[in-house]
Amino acid sequence: MPARAVNDFTIRVATVNGSGSQSSNLVLTNAVARLGIPVAPKNVFPSNIEGLPTWFDVRVTALGYQCRARDFDVLVALNATTWQQDVAGVKSGGAVIHEEAYPCKGDTFREDLSYYPVPFTKLAKEQFADKGDLRKYLMNMIYVGVLGHLLDIPLNTIEESLRAQFRSKAAAVELNLSAVNVGLEYAREHLEKHDPFRLIPMSGKTDGLMFMEGNRAAALGCLMGGCTVAAWYPITPSSSLCEYFIQYCDRYRVDGETGERNVAIVQAEDELAAAGIVFGAGWAGARAMTSTSGPGISLMAEYAGYGYFAEVPGVIFDVQRAGPSTGLPTRTMQADVSFAYTLSHGDTKHLILLPATVTEAYEFAMESFDLAERFQTPVFVLSDLDLGMNAWLTPALRYPEKPFDRGKVLGADDLSSVKGWGRYRDVDKDGIAYRTLPGTKHPHAGFFTRGTGHDEEARYSEMPEVWQRNLDRLVRKHDTARSAVPQPVVEEKKSCKIAILAYGTTHHAVVEARDYLREAGIEFNYMRLRALPLSPEVATFVRRHDRVYVVEQNRDGQLYGILRTELPTHLIGRLESIRHYNGVPIDARSIIDPLLEEERRPAVVAE
Amino acid sequence: MTANLNIIGLAREVYKGLPTTLCAGCGHNSITNHLIKALFEYGVEPHKLAKMSGIGCSSKTPAYFVEQAHGFNGLHGRMPSAATGAKLANRDLLVLGISGDGDTASIGLGQYCHMIRRNVDCTYIVENNGCYGLTKGQFSATADVGSTQKGGKVNEYATIDICGLAIELGATFVARSFSGDGKQLVPLLQAAFSHRGTAILDVISPCVTFNDHEGSTKSYAYVKEHDVVLHTADYIAGGREVLVDYEPGTVRDVELEDGSHVVLRKLDLDYDPTNVIDALRTIHDSGTRGEFVTGLLYVDTKQQDLCEREGLSRTPLAQLDEEQLRMGREQWQELMAT
Repeated sequence: MPARAVNDFTIRVATVNGSGSQSSNLVLTNAVARLGIPVAPKNVFPSNIEGLPTWFDVRVTALGYQCRARDFDVLVALNATTWQQDVAGVKSGGAVIHEEAYPCKGDTFREDLSYYPVPFTKLAKEQFADKGDLRKYLMNMIYVGVLGHLLDIPLNTIEESLRAQFRSKAAAVELNLSAVNVGLEYAREHLEKHDPFRLIPMSGKTDGLMFMEGNRAAALGCLMGGCTVAAWYPITPSSSLCEYFIQYCDRYRVDGETGERNVAIVQAEDELAAAGIVFGAGWAGARAMTSTSGPGISLMAEYAGYGYFAEVPGVIFDVQRAGPSTGLPTRTMQADVSFAYTLSHGDTKHLILLPATVTEAYEFAMESFDLAERFQTPVFVLSDLDLGMNAWLTPALRYPEKPFDRGKVLGADDLSSVKGWGRYRDVDKDGIAYRTLPGTKHPHAGFFTRGTGHDEEARYSEMPEVWQRNLDRLVRKHDTARSAVPQPVVEEKKSCKIAILAYGTTHHAVVEARDYLREAGIEFNYMRLRALPLSPEVATFVRRHDRVYVVEQNRDGQLYGILRTELPTHLIGRLESIRHYNGVPIDARSIIDPLLEEERRPAVVAE
Repeated sequence: MTANLNIIGLAREVYKGLPTTLCAGCGHNSITNHLIKALFEYGVEPHKLAKMSGIGCSSKTPAYFVEQAHGFNGLHGRMPSAATGAKLANRDLLVLGISGDGDTASIGLGQYCHMIRRNVDCTYIVENNGCYGLTKGQFSATADVGSTQKGGKVNEYATIDICGLAIELGATFVARSFSGDGKQLVPLLQAAFSHRGTAILDVISPCVTFNDHEGSTKSYAYVKEHDVVLHTADYIAGGREVLVDYEPGTVRDVELEDGSHVVLRKLDLDYDPTNVIDALRTIHDSGTRGEFVTGLLYVDTKQQDLCEREGLSRTPLAQLDEEQLRMGREQWQELMAT
């Protein structure tokens, strides 16, 4: 392992929400990446527009870990309210860059830290007296200059990063650059470096990578996946998904000559209406989606059940946040898994995709439309705030090579050649029947779609055997989906008998945890689940192991519960559950500590 | 045109559906029959008809007409959103929503309002009997103050006037009629099909089983007694000659967006259905008197519907393929490079 402090530490920027620190945080993040050093930014922000504390962690990570680090080494303190708690949180040996006016005595003076006082407010006032409201933004940019000096970030790297941030706005670049220079010069003249944290350019680690949020990637997936109807109700942390989709559609779905749009996007009155629009559109043959978060899927439950039972395609993105109830709208969890899986009353089971990376947020979004139409059913894409709203260093997204899979749809010609078509008849014995779309010009095309009991011909029926036969066919369809949804990713050594099973963004903490544990001499195999229903591979994987630790970001072990329900009884005893649910993204320690305790091994120091 | 076939060469039989399972004498059955006549005479292509409904007695009726057409019997009160989605997916569909007073004015009031705000191009019929039939006679939100249930319970809560509310929300076509008045309802339905935007038809439709007693203000007897017919209507399809001679000064001619006309024959008062204030006053005053005014209450043919406002492609969205929906490879590379 490389020595810490060089290219391997975390910077925490503590500011006040609404002070415009986001730009400077991103410029810093981007500059680190431009030095060829992998970086993982995590925005920990309040449910507030202005005034409450907010933190932005920039994890500098030579090894490329993308999960949150539990501790931080370098503090940039620009919030008087949290000054005391922020200083208390710095790791021993760390550095503190702070507003000069903050007191350094008692609790806020720690002998194990290096302090760098900077008169941010005074500098901004002196240098940007004429900039009015812009001053607070520029004050944040000053800290970038100070860090540039202390961490060895060349000015031209910061400048490139500024240009990327403000794109073609030359005036903004100049102004911000002058603020960076104010910080740089102040630091050069007044601060003597006495901490070990430094950045040394690397190569081969960030080439061709870009920063992207999962929500943006998912929006691109919708764009390239052929979504033509979107309905949504604003809710954190999913709003940006539809907002990005709107932006892309304004650019790429408008006919240059006629101005006609190949998409309809409706801001609905609530999430249930959004779901209604989606299933109405899906029924009429469009690829339709909505994006929401926990409280939204609660409202959608009724239409989700309808879509499942009447067999109507539709895609629902659930960018999970911390619940129950309004919970913590700006914090992350994986706590909708069991709810979404069986969303609605009665016997309901949905297809759930579990993206872990920005690439998967894009690819699964595209795939969700294929699956929804192939299986004529709602498909949920469960991402979370961490994936959806944080910027991740990621390779360029690939242009899709596959055509759309529109599933089993009969046109007028098909209807003339098939005999005795029945909407819910399982001709292929895979549980998936053939459907027709409204507008199909054939006297036999029409059928009555209903949420009530229906037979193979879509006629109303209360007959016990008809009802049960239909429910059984839906199970058959669900079973067909097991091998059609994205399959688990497995890393396995035959000699190893213990394993971790995780999904979604928990993956990134598992990667780091396995590395640390391997260093300590403990090997864990790994299965990353990427969808529900469970692939047949899951049971065979568990069978090959003595113990499988199911790691997830919710209190009740929701996937653990699903596994216990669905795996063969004799395998259930092999499952153990590790849960992280404090609202911030899971870190490696949250896996390492309980794993070691369970395995009854002496603790290793993981940092 | 053969006498028994309509303008697109289809027999009336084609517009029929399964036998009704509603009570004998239910107003909804009459509406179904008027709908069959209206759809037949209008020459609706069955494959282009999308029959949408929610939950309740009224919402069952799409099974009883145009069996060939696609139907969507959705959720209680949530049909407007599904109708919106269907229309956006395929703007060539003639979207016909059938709802009831519980479905629209109670559980579905939100979706009803927002469908109107968006001016979704559809015909939306409320089969209004002032009570919940399927759950055995509870009051709905359109029950009048003072109206009684079969067991004598009196409604003390304010009634929601579906038509007045619709006009307040900017509805572009609002009519009220009575299930027993096919002569008026059939042409109003046809005008609604021609209208581009949300066409609301509030059709008073007595419930013979739970709300047809003395004390009810939605009983056959009460409605017949208190129906104030504003005008009779004739629907004249676009391009067709007006064959009827109207005495000058006795009619109002409203030209609809597709070139068809609805000709309103005045009865005792000269009613202008394009004047929003007159419409609201008329509805309000009649309500105060315990009467129902029936006819075309309000029409505005100048507004864009949702598909137009969204600038949707003429080709239905549902029919677009990869070629039309995915940007080219080069554009993609450019996007990834920024």
